[in-house]
Amino acid sequence: MSLLAVRDLNKAFGAVVAARDVGFTLERGEMLALIGPNGAGKSTVFNMIGGQLRPDRGRILLDGHDITAASPQKRFRRGVGRTFQVAQTFLSMTVAENVQMALISCNREAQAGWVPAREHHRPEALELLAMVGMADAADRPCSALAYGDVKRVELAIALAGKPKLLLMDEPTAGMAPRERAALMDLTASIAVSRAIGVLFTEHDMDVVFGHAGRVLVLLRGEIIAAGTPDEIRRDPQVRQAYLGDEHALEKPEAGRPA
Amino acid sequence: MEPSFLVIQSLNGLASASSLFITACGLTLVFGVTRIVNFAHGSLYMIGAYTAATLVPWLLQFYFGPVTFWAGILASALVVGLIGVVLEIVLLRRIYAAPELFQLLATFGVVLVVQDLVVQIFGPQDILGPRAPGLRAPVEILGRRFPSYELVLIAAGPIVLGLVWLLLRKTRFGVLVRAATQDREMVASLGVNQAVLFTGTLFLGAFLAGLGGALQIPRVAANTGMDLSVIAESFVVTVVGGMGSVPGAFLAALIIGQLQAFGILIFPKSTLVVVFLLMAVVLAIRPYGLFGRPEVVGGTHAVGIVSRKPRSSDMAVAVIVLALLACLPLVADAYLLKVATEILIFALFAFSLQLLIGVGGIVSFGHAAFFGLGAYGAALGIRWLSAPMEAALPLGLLLAAVGAALIGAFVVRLSGIYLAMMTLAAAQILYAVAFQWVEVTGGDNGIVGVWPAEWASGQTRYYLLTLGLTASAVLVLRRVIDAPFGYALRAARDSEPRAEAIGLNIRRHRWLAFILSGAAAGLAGGIYAFSRGSVDPSLLGIPTSVDALTMLLLGGIQTVTGPLVGAGVLHALRDQIMPLTSLWRLFLGLSIIAIVLIFPRGLVGTVGHWREARS
Repeated sequence: MSLLAVRDLNKAFGAVVAARDVGFTLERGEMLALIGPNGAGKSTVFNMIGGQLRPDRGRILLDGHDITAASPQKRFRRGVGRTFQVAQTFLSMTVAENVQMALISCNREAQAGWVPAREHHRPEALELLAMVGMADAADRPCSALAYGDVKRVELAIALAGKPKLLLMDEPTAGMAPRERAALMDLTASIAVSRAIGVLFTEHDMDVVFGHAGRVLVLLRGEIIAAGTPDEIRRDPQVRQAYLGDEHALEKPEAGRPA
Repeated sequence: MEPSFLVIQSLNGLASASSLFITACGLTLVFGVTRIVNFAHGSLYMIGAYTAATLVPWLLQFYFGPVTFWAGILASALVVGLIGVVLEIVLLRRIYAAPELFQLLATFGVVLVVQDLVVQIFGPQDILGPRAPGLRAPVEILGRRFPSYELVLIAAGPIVLGLVWLLLRKTRFGVLVRAATQDREMVASLGVNQAVLFTGTLFLGAFLAGLGGALQIPRVAANTGMDLSVIAESFVVTVVGGMGSVPGAFLAALIIGQLQAFGILIFPKSTLVVVFLLMAVVLAIRPYGLFGRPEVVGGTHAVGIVSRKPRSSDMAVAVIVLALLACLPLVADAYLLKVATEILIFALFAFSLQLLIGVGGIVSFGHAAFFGLGAYGAALGIRWLSAPMEAALPLGLLLAAVGAALIGAFVVRLSGIYLAMMTLAAAQILYAVAFQWVEVTGGDNGIVGVWPAEWASGQTRYYLLTLGLTASAVLVLRRVIDAPFGYALRAARDSEPRAEAIGLNIRRHRWLAFILSGAAAGLAGGIYAFSRGSVDPSLLGIPTSVDALTMLLLGGIQTVTGPLVGAGVLHALRDQIMPLTSLWRLFLGLSIIAIVLIFPRGLVGTVGHWREARS
């Protein structure tokens, strides 16, 4: 059974069809990229899987459980973690407390009212932060971090819920090129070691072709191509969709940072 | 019931709907463009009424006739429009980017200033304006007499709606106002002169408020209470219609006018309750009002408590302060103890609000509801159940917690400014109930004879009891703020999407926070009732809510101890200054405005900031 099975998702906003019969599957440990030009419906599909939008039609199955109508909270309990296009963290808390908060929620202790929150699950939080390379910043306020570091913290928060499926909406947006590759390498290694399926959208083709195991191409709400990065690069329909930006799909030259 | 009576009653409803619409239309326009809920809108209305009630008779001396009358009304509205311009340039311009709580408080500061200024300028008596020349004789409708001035008012609403519509559709200014209402950032980036647009909008809004007030003079005497009563009704109209929507305001005013006219037949004493219930129902079904849109409410700029390393000295300081407070009766006289008791009570009241605002980012503007419920719960227990103090205090706390559970269940669905308005409305409903349900609550006079038990009576003993209860409650709340529950509230305040994505049930947490905060405020209210020996509706009024907010603001919203310090400072100041001057509200209002503009961190926050900057 696939980790994530998406079947015939449809969503329209008035007359604009943002998703039409979108269907795909995702396996454990796999990195699946969802790409497409602006307005192709990436965010719509993404938010239907994340629980921010309800599809008009279609089903979303996680490990065989229907989560089509589940709230974001229920999806979290079923094993969905996510990061946002603009990183969403708790800026009034320290880095460690951000991760501790996720662990507290995961352990259903969010209504506890006596023992200070900073004493809950700290070792576990530090472990997660070490995994994303942020252990040294554990006691700094989250608001004082550089944006690239905030993204790493957000990844640690998402991992705190022990997700089976990780949704990453433009994970490298707003980061420097070098940081991008590092974050995606990190994500890929975590995905493999923890058997997490990763679905991500991305504009940076270096990131897509360098890190995705499989790529889905969305155009006007429909999937027009699916396959390995090499297949996608050669697909004439995809080239057509990206017309005017053909170089974006060429193989990165040797020597250029991937 | 005769049909002619129903017709007259609905005409009455239309007349009050017109007046309400003219005023509320200004409020909603100003909100649409500036995103500021202008609490002082009611004050502008009051100035309009006072100005017209003074100016029109003076003008009529020179030439008696309808032209003079209407010219005087228009001139009064123009004067108020100019005051609106001054308000925009001096104050509002500086707080467009401030958190909405600060905007509400700053404009409430203006309300206080205007209240004292109006008394200084126009005198303390109500002023009844002249009747309109040419409209003195009533007309006969279906065999009943109906004031002809009311017919003019009925026409005035649609006329103003038409003129505003023309202005918005046919002029460049109107296009900009509509554009700014839909997308303020876009208009700003298009190179529109924002200063002129905003000042112009304030002129228009204030002009309409002034017109609304001026038109009242033949019907209602200009009085010093009209600002808060009209602002509460205008809030309801704009919220029900959808903030920023002129047609919404018109429709809402029509509904509310009729509801008031006929509600008075069903609940003769509680028209306010009916009106606020309408608001509750509409917001429950459409959280953004009839014609409002979600994006109209900008993101709440969360200001509040941030994480801070626990210092080992914190505990020691707390113990020392507590010990010093416990020793106070050794040196203080009875009067000082009475003041100290009140400070402790307000400290608890303000601290309970901090859980909602500073921790949860939930801008509750009606916290007096819970304070008052606690006080009334205790007093009702004494009066109707002959309960002893030991039972009456918990009864008050329970009543406040139940009230908070009910109100909270409604408002946690809302966000930002709608939540603030709804909590304010809830407090006003309770105020109206306490005021109008005379048989049970004693109405305006309240309930007297609420004295503490034998073992707790006497200034010293009651002070110590208050200290014990307040300290325990603050300790509990303090633990809760630092515990996962408080952190979960902060998480939801910092980022709702993130909080949902890690599985937090935001509404449930906020609802529980309401109950806890309400219970603590109720305890404060109960203690207060016994300290004074009586309760009255003012405990539930807007000024009581604003007191708590001012204490928070003064102490510092970003700090945990701020509300406690703020309560002490404000109450001590009030105790010292109020007997010396009749301009206490002016002083308080200017202080609130100054804090918002100059010390938004408050006392404790500013001191903490200095300390950090130095180290």
